[in-house]
Amino acid sequence: MTSRPETGTRVVVVGFGPAAHRLIENLARRGFPGRITVFGEEPRPAYDRVALTSYLQGRSAEDLTCPVPDGVTLRLGRRVAGIDRVNRTVVTDAGQAEPYDVLVLATGSAPFVPPVPGRDLPGCFVYRTIDDLDAIREAAGRAGSGVVVGGGLLGLEAADALRGLGLGTHIVEMGDRLMPRQVDEGGGAVLRGHVEALGLTVHTGTGVRAIEPGPDGRAARLVTSQGGAIEAGVVVFSAGIRPRDELARHCGLDVGERGGIVVDAGMRTSDEHVYAVGECALAGGIVYGLAGPCFTQAEVAADRIMGGTASFEGADVSTRLKLLGVEVAQFGAMSGALDVTYLDPVAGVYKKLFVSDDAMTLLGGICVGDATPYDTLLPFVGKALPGSPSDLLFPGAGATIEVPDDAQVCSCNNVSKGRVRTAVAEAGLTDVQGVKDCTRAGTTCGSCVPMLRRILAESGVDVGRGLCEHFALSRAELFEIVLVRGITTFSRLVAEHGTGRGCDVCKPVVASILASLGNGHILDGEQAALQDTNDHFLANIQKNGTYSVVPRVPGGEITPDKLIVIGEVARDFGLYTKITGGQRIDLLGARVEQLPAVWARLVAAGFESGHAYGKALRTVKSCVGSTWCRYGVQDSAGLAVALELRYRGLRSPHKLKAAVSGCARECAEARSKDFGIIATERGWNLYVGGNGGFTPRHADLLVADLPADELVRVIDRFLMFYVRTADRLQRTSAWIEGLEGGLDHLRAVVLDDSLGICADLEAQMERHVASYVDEWRAAIEDPDKLRRFVSFVNAPGTPDPSIVFETERDQIRPVPVVLEGVRV
Amino acid sequence: MTTPAETHATAENGTWTRVCRHADLTAERGVAALVGRHQVAVFLTFDGGLYALGNRDPYSGAHVMSRGIVGTRNGEPCVASPMHKQVFSLVTGACVDDPAVVVPTYPIRVNDETVEVSVA
Ligand SMILES: Cc1cc2nc3c(=O)[nH]c(=O)nc-3n(C[C@H](O)[C@H](O)[C@H](O)COP(=O)(O)OP(=O)(O)OC[C@H]3O[C@@H](n4cnc5c(N)ncnc54)[C@H](O)[C@@H]3O)c2cc1C
Ligand code: SF4
Repeated sequence: MTSRPETGTRVVVVGFGPAAHRLIENLARRGFPGRITVFGEEPRPAYDRVALTSYLQGRSAEDLTCPVPDGVTLRLGRRVAGIDRVNRTVVTDAGQAEPYDVLVLATGSAPFVPPVPGRDLPGCFVYRTIDDLDAIREAAGRAGSGVVVGGGLLGLEAADALRGLGLGTHIVEMGDRLMPRQVDEGGGAVLRGHVEALGLTVHTGTGVRAIEPGPDGRAARLVTSQGGAIEAGVVVFSAGIRPRDELARHCGLDVGERGGIVVDAGMRTSDEHVYAVGECALAGGIVYGLAGPCFTQAEVAADRIMGGTASFEGADVSTRLKLLGVEVAQFGAMSGALDVTYLDPVAGVYKKLFVSDDAMTLLGGICVGDATPYDTLLPFVGKALPGSPSDLLFPGAGATIEVPDDAQVCSCNNVSKGRVRTAVAEAGLTDVQGVKDCTRAGTTCGSCVPMLRRILAESGVDVGRGLCEHFALSRAELFEIVLVRGITTFSRLVAEHGTGRGCDVCKPVVASILASLGNGHILDGEQAALQDTNDHFLANIQKNGTYSVVPRVPGGEITPDKLIVIGEVARDFGLYTKITGGQRIDLLGARVEQLPAVWARLVAAGFESGHAYGKALRTVKSCVGSTWCRYGVQDSAGLAVALELRYRGLRSPHKLKAAVSGCARECAEARSKDFGIIATERGWNLYVGGNGGFTPRHADLLVADLPADELVRVIDRFLMFYVRTADRLQRTSAWIEGLEGGLDHLRAVVLDDSLGICADLEAQMERHVASYVDEWRAAIEDPDKLRRFVSFVNAPGTPDPSIVFETERDQIRPVPVVLEGVRV
Repeated sequence: MTTPAETHATAENGTWTRVCRHADLTAERGVAALVGRHQVAVFLTFDGGLYALGNRDPYSGAHVMSRGIVGTRNGEPCVASPMHKQVFSLVTGACVDDPAVVVPTYPIRVNDETVEVSVA
């Protein structure tokens, strides 16, 4: 079995969790020539179990689901019930048999439920799968309080989830402190303070005697080992996990004394045709309960199946997580000859380092309330300390510590700093997403993302922490939070999910998100304060502080009468006029106090805002198409007008441009647009992701020959998916490139509804279309909105004396200003 | 809307010049005021703080500071120039990323519901 696999080789995988997924993905990527069949007991493909809790916070199951490589046969909702090693066949509980040449057991683990009376009552749960969470959510709806049995890492996560579901929450822990495996007594005390401050009730040193039912036969209270009672309609057992080794046990494979399928360094069991990976495997005497080591094991097994010689040498079990808003981290050893502790009981910070007896070598550490030592010091475990231990623990220490190249930065995926640095340099990576795509670092638990940012910064790349100092979240993450939590104000968002009062980076982003989700006029109430100057004055600021005015001219089609109005307005207000690339007319040089009067005239003549000032749909450019052109095959102008009217006012991460050409000659330059449409004999071709500007790019064909109504549906989905998931100031081109799976993935989402969100996206677009109002008409009709259009609050009619024009080619131009003493 | 004639009429009476009613200000936005020959940008922060800076953006030369976005940098109230987004402290007037560039700051107070600045 050390040679390369043959074409007919049949790999059967039992269990479809993260480890199985990593294995088949690895095989597929390396061109495994045989057949792969995966049996999964759960009704859905593998999903990101590490991020399970985010499901209760609004992420959809589809969103958590891992993409399945092509060519893999999935048998979902089937449990394998037996293995016949002699005939090399597995049998499902439905009696179906499947032969294998290579068998991989990736059955994971199951939560341990202590054998107490009442543990099977309705209302008792474990916290492991999406189905578990559905059941817990349902039960939480009729309960007032809940209790989690077990105060470890997963128990606290479950407790936080119950709290998030609105239950009064208790935690019962047998040990004398929370998270006994990750923190010591001092850390446990600080952690308990944080948890209690959030309103959870902690019972340490307490076991469970029984769960008792209420009159409805459902769980109603937990009786403690001391005989006390905790009222709870929801009981979640999280008292450790047990490897699911029952299949292996029954077919006679070696299993460990305390469970786990025994494997060698190549992840092979006592049968050379059978591998075991993930939480069901006992590797080097250890069952690993973290995703990182499970992934490494899956990669080792894949390599062996491909004829390689990789081996699993054990793995780092450091953890860093944010639970209930508290940072907790543990790395390396949990004891040592010497230790140094930093304790700030007021701020709730506890940090401890373990060092060798000569205080030269770092052995490990524990952090509660501030995990920076983890980020900076993890790479130094087993190595010489980069400073004196007490200095290293001081708040703010670490920023200057030099991390060596061979240090591991991502323990989930075993990526060293050197590997990240090389990837950044060689592939010219410019952001964390790029590093993730290229090296896999940061794709699992995400705790090394701060370090990735640092490496990018050290490599000379300009990276921010999240959006800005006020939000450690990306635009897409904020969008989901705003959507799922129904947040309608910046104040609430920044109070609950950020710090400070925002800035010129995050405020316009939030303004745009609120606008995309239809929260009324952008100058209503608190929203007004979020807008960039352009949005705030509904016009584009120019270099001398005046503004440009761009009325909408849908599809570039305009009547002579309207052309005359534009000319008259420009003449009467002394504005400079220019035809834009988007087939409309720009009027420049309007002072802020002139804008309402200019717009009153334009609105009266039937014009509306062109949103040239917003990160929003700009224009849908067109050619005259089949109506006039002798080559045209479809009515491109008509479609352009319809599309521009449909999507006008849509706020987006960046400006959006579009065009429609009436035939393949492409006179409207549709392929240089975010979405471009080119007529064919049979319908319309849709191209996406093009742009002009700094790095021009041609749009790619998304789908061909659509009738107009279907075309509109696909564009609806495409635009809303972009609005929901792109980063701040990310044009569609970069967004598509950044999607895992790129254009193919986009196609799967908007054409095949692979995420099951199309109905949602369409409904959201319908809401946008239905709620559209002309921003300028609404502004000139509302005295409160008009208040801002003054030059000076104490002299509203007096023009800014510093604005001066001269004449050039018969029109005005700003007189250049003289700048002294400023480096620009 | 403010009544400019009134606020302006008392401008020469002392070092304090009335610029508007407190109610005319919007939290986290600025307004521009003309005080003699000086253009002043007046800001109200979220926590109720009042600040007055020169309205001229030193990087572009345009008088637009009052139209910038108000927020915080490390807890310090700031405004970002709407032109090229350099950020200035509302407290010191210094550019956060280039402290050598400073816009003037002016004393400001509320007197009987009226906002007054002192441009001596
Ligand atoms: C709430 C929660 C939070 C977590 N947070 C973190 C974290 O922050 N960091 C971290 O590193 N790890 C975390 N983990 C642990 C991590 O999820 C696991 O290490 C990882 O899921 C193990 O993957 P696996 O594929 O080995 O097993 P599993 O994920 O358990 O998958 C095994 C799959 O096999 C199926 N199966 C079992 N037997 C059969 C059978 N006979 N036939 C068919 N199918 C079968 C099971 O139904 C299951 O779907 C967390 C786990 C949970 C539950
Ligand atoms: S794209 Fe085709 S239809 Fe449109 S103007 Fe050019 S040649 Fe005519």
